[in-house]
Formats: sequence, structure tokens, C-alpha cells
Amino acid sequence: MWKWLHPYAKTERAYQLCLTLQPWFWVGALVCLSIGTVWGLAFAPQDYQQGDSFRIIYIHVPSAILSMGTYVAMAIAALVGMVWQWRTAYMSMIAMAPIGAVMTFIALFTGAAWGKPMWGAWWVWDARLTSELILLFLYVGVIALYGAFEDKQQAGKAAGVMALVGVVNIPIIHYSVEWWNTLHQGATISKFDNPSIAPEMLWPLLINLLGFAFFIGAVTTVRLRNEIVLRELHRPWVQALAISQLASKQQVNHSVKGGN
Amino acid sequence: MSLYQGIFKRDMHIAFNQKAELVQPLMFLLMVVTLFPLGVSPSPDTLQRIGPGVIWIAAILSSLMAMERLFRDDFQDGSLEQYMLSGLALPAVSAVKVAAHWLVSFVPLLLLSPLLAMFLNLTVDMYIALVLTLLLGTPLLSLIGAIAVGLTVGLQKGGVLLALLLIPVFIPLLIFATSAVDSAALQLPYHAQLAIIAAMLLLAAALAPFAIAYSLKVSQN
Amino acid sequence: MLEACGLTCSKRDRTLFEGLSLVVNTGELLYLRGPNGAGKTSLLRILTGLSAPESGAVLYNGVNISEDKTGYYRDLFYLGHKSGTNGSLSALDNLSFWLAQHSISVQENTLYDVLAKVGLVGLEDVPVRYLSAGQQRRVALSRLWLKPAKVWILDEPFTALDVKGVHLLETSMKEHVRRGGLIITTSHQTLSENAGEHRVFDLEYRF
Repeated sequence: MWKWLHPYAKTERAYQLCLTLQPWFWVGALVCLSIGTVWGLAFAPQDYQQGDSFRIIYIHVPSAILSMGTYVAMAIAALVGMVWQWRTAYMSMIAMAPIGAVMTFIALFTGAAWGKPMWGAWWVWDARLTSELILLFLYVGVIALYGAFEDKQQAGKAAGVMALVGVVNIPIIHYSVEWWNTLHQGATISKFDNPSIAPEMLWPLLINLLGFAFFIGAVTTVRLRNEIVLRELHRPWVQALAISQLASKQQVNHSVKGGN
Repeated sequence: MSLYQGIFKRDMHIAFNQKAELVQPLMFLLMVVTLFPLGVSPSPDTLQRIGPGVIWIAAILSSLMAMERLFRDDFQDGSLEQYMLSGLALPAVSAVKVAAHWLVSFVPLLLLSPLLAMFLNLTVDMYIALVLTLLLGTPLLSLIGAIAVGLTVGLQKGGVLLALLLIPVFIPLLIFATSAVDSAALQLPYHAQLAIIAAMLLLAAALAPFAIAYSLKVSQN
Repeated sequence: MLEACGLTCSKRDRTLFEGLSLVVNTGELLYLRGPNGAGKTSLLRILTGLSAPESGAVLYNGVNISEDKTGYYRDLFYLGHKSGTNGSLSALDNLSFWLAQHSISVQENTLYDVLAKVGLVGLEDVPVRYLSAGQQRRVALSRLWLKPAKVWILDEPFTALDVKGVHLLETSMKEHVRRGGLIITTSHQTLSENAGEHRVFDLEYRF
């Protein structure tokens, strides 16, 4: 079933795939994010409890969901790399990592910003926020471990192990932090537990979710392209690519000069 | 059977030759615990309230320091290579080494624990709960920690990176262990917390040796 | 018979060698030669199975070594740049533990005899870290006479050895080959006649 994926073990094919996907991801991100954000921030109805300040969920919820999703994707990439020994798998893993960490940071920031008008505090040790913070630490660990190795093949394998250890621990961390929270909290209902959400509020949320996903995809393809080129500099196809790009640049310069 | 006994004996032999190195994490533990009455408050009530958390956090930090020696010497002097060429199963070798390391680090901790409990004004019930959580939790620290130690053993910069990798993973253990001791303080049962820690330990005991073996192979490159 | 089929190795994204094949038969000494950084150590480590190649396979007596590790390792002795001895243990302890791990039982007399052969009489009980570099290398090499291994893979075994030590090792290598053993070794000094007949394999530095 996965045979169609096998050509992408080669860096050249993966590079071509990134080139084709990239514009679609950017367009998708731009379209979805602008529709979703404008709809959510300006046109969606007010929440009967929280007024306008709830609107931050249109940024917070997608980024929180995708921060987890990107980590799981990283772990899957690590597993593919480990089992099939694909270099491109490890390269995609490390391409995704920083953007996943940024998503986590956005989730934390917007989550904290949401807290200020509600509870008057910039930070509360709410179960979900605490779990997000620990997720950020997991990302930082994987990225730091990758950076510590000079041989990037080895780095990919090592970071892959930590990504897998992390992904196994995420549900454990999630439930333990939730349980910890019930021990130390009163009976206050967490504001993040939306019991049911009206459809007029749901659509912009889903569109933003898609938009953020496209955004992550776009940034990942850019980073993956860079990683491939950096790591495969000595390969003939990369050198041919560089020469052709240099030649086309020179052509442009000449035509500009000729125009004057 | 006796092959693995040989590994155990060797590690014990080496550990007793490095007694000074073994004492240092314990001293660190003691000093960290001492910082809390000094930095927070020496009031007995406060200390009893924060005591379980303080001891467990200090135990985690000091075990991070002690863990580095788990594979370092063997990696650097080439003994690890020879293990890998001996035909012995690397997961089994790793499990035996972790067991030897745990024994060498835990027994002194156990001996030190009454002193720590006294410093932080823990009741007898709390102390019993603490010892039980340490008994179940420190092997978990060693097993999971060994995975990250295996990955970082070839790196020059070890220490802080190891902590960055492992502290998030140890958080659930911290939560359940401190909750057990807190429940003991209130005379409430804490079997649930112990059971969860035991479950995590069993999962780690089953899976970690394979992960550790893989990490060591990655470091050998 | 040890065979390498189409081995490719890259370290730090630099290809050291590609599609490398070689065959070493029993009763043969292969002298692996090449400048610093050519990949000799990497090749030897791939041949021992400690490192995995990017592609290709190593066959011992026709069987892929990754499929039959125990069989291969019973017949293999590898000594790399690291000595494989713990500094805080004595030479005797180090060797006893090592023999136990490799499931080799020798009489205690044999152990003392071998240590005498490598010139470490009186130094058997001293923690290895107090010995000189050459003496530590002798401790590491003494295993050659303790394990009945057919295949010797030695990475720069002459490092730190004095003239007598080099002579001892070379004559042992010649004897091992005569008895049907297989040796692959590297060295920065050329092997003298004491090592006997040997085949040379040159590994070039790739840019």
C-alpha cells in the first residue's frame, strides 16, 4: 500500500515534491487563514459568557491541536526513518520540529492572553496550558539533541529516538497533569472546556485549523528543501540545480541591463 | 546466567573503585534539600507541606547527575564495543548495567532518606510512603534515563542536555510520587498512585532495554 | 572467508567510499593502507558489524553477518583505537571479565603466561590507568593469545608499541596466518618481513 511513498526516500524526488507542494501550501494558508481569522475575529457571534475575548480561540485552538499533531507527525517520520532507514524521513522530522515548537509557543501565548481578561492573571497552571508547556520542552529537547551531533545522520537517529520516547509519554503526561490539576484546583470549570460550540463559531475555527495546517506544511517544505540542499551539496543534481539557478539569475541581470 | 552475573560483578567492582564519584550525587541531594529551608522558610508546617516535592525534585536532579557515569567510561575506553562484539544480547547487557547502577545509587539514597525526612519534618506515614515511591520510582528514573544517556554518551557536552531531555519525561512520576506522600500526610490511602508508578515501571522494564540498546548503537554510529 | 559486497559509507554527509568490494580468504593477511581520513577505521568497523553501511553487505563464510552475529563474533577478534579495558581495574581483572563475557574459559596459569608473554610480569594487579600507553596496548593485545579467533581485525595495533612489541605482534600475525587465520589490519608504518606475506589494499581519500 505504501509503495507510492518509496521514491521519496531519495532526496532528489523529495526535493521535487517540496517544490510542487510549496506554492499550493502557501496559497492554501493565505486563503484559509485570511477567511478564518477575519470571520472569527469580526463576524462570528459573541460568546454569551465571555463576550469578545473568547475570539482568541480562533488562534489558540488550531495552534494547540496542530502543536500536538506536528509532534505526532515528527514521531511518525522518526519511525519511518528508523524502520526503513530513509534519510528524507529524518530530514522531514527535523524540518517540522521548529515550526511545531512555534505552534506550541503560539498556543501558550494565546492561552495566557486569554487568561488575562478572564482571571486577571497572565499565567495560570491550568492542566491544558501546563501540558502545552511540557510539550514545548519536549520539542526543545529534540531540537537540542539534533543540534548537538556533528554527523547529521547520527543526529537524526538520536533525535528520532527522543521523539518516539516523547510521543509515548505525551498521553501519560496529559493524563497525569490533568489529574494533578484536579488535586490542586477548586471546583472552577476550566474555560478551555467548551461543552458544545455553535456552528457559526465552529466553521471559522475549522477553516483556521486548515489554514494553520497549510502554513505548517508550507514552512516545512521550505525547511526540508533547505535541509536537503545543505546536506547533499556534493551531489551532482544539487550542483546542476545551483548552476542552472545562477545562470537564470545572470540572464535576468543581462536582460535588465539590456533594457536600460 | 553467569555471563550476565559477570557484567554485574564487573560494574560493582568498578563502582567500588569509584566510591568518591558515587558519593557526590548524594551530597548534591543533601545540599539541594538544605536550600529549601534556607530559601523558602524553616517553618515546620511549610517544610512538611513542600517536603515530598522537594525530596523528589532533588532526587530527580541528583539522579540526572549520577546517570552520566552509566555508560560513559565503557564508551570511552572501548569496553562497550567489546560488549557489542561478545555475542551477548545488548538489551540484556543494558538491563544488567542499569540494575547494577540503580543498586549502587539507590541503597545510599535509602540510607540517607531518614535524614532528609527529618530535615523536612515529614511524619512517619509520609516517610513510609516516600520510601515506597522511591523504591518504585528510582528504577523508572534509571531505565528511562538510560535511554537518553545512551544517546548522549558520545557527546562532549553531556550534562544539561541530558536534563533537558529527561525532565519532561519524569514529570508524571513526580506528580504521582508526591501525590502519594501528600495522601499519606492526610492519612488517605495511596495504593492508586503506587499502582500507577508500578505500571509505568513495568512498561519501562519491558521496553526500555531495547531502546537503550538502540541508543547505544546510534552512539557507536 | 570474509567478503565485503558493494559497501557505501558516508560520515558527516561526506561519502568515504562507494560500492567497495573486497574478499579476504583464510590464510591471508590484508594490509589496509590509506591517508588520514580516507575511511580505514570506518571500513574496519563496518567489517566488524559495529557500524552499519549505507548500502552493501558483509558476508562471513557466505552468510550475512547481520543475520548470524553470534557465529561471526565467536570467530572474531577486533581491536580498535580504544583499548577496551577499564582504567580502574587491573589487567588481570580486565581480562578475566572480558573472557567471561566472551564465554571463553582459560586456566589461570594461561592468563599469567600470556601476560608474561606480552612483558607485563609484575604489573598484573596494578590498575591499568597507572600503566604507560604502550603497556596498556599490550594488555589489550594480550587477548589475541586468549581468544581462539579465526578473524583478526586490528585497527592500528602497533600504536605506542616499542620495537620488541612490534616484533612480537608481527611474528604472531605471521603465525596466525600460517595456521589458517585471517587478518585485516591497518598501520601507518609499513609491515616488515616479520609479518610474512601480505596483500595491500589502498583506500583513497575522496573529496
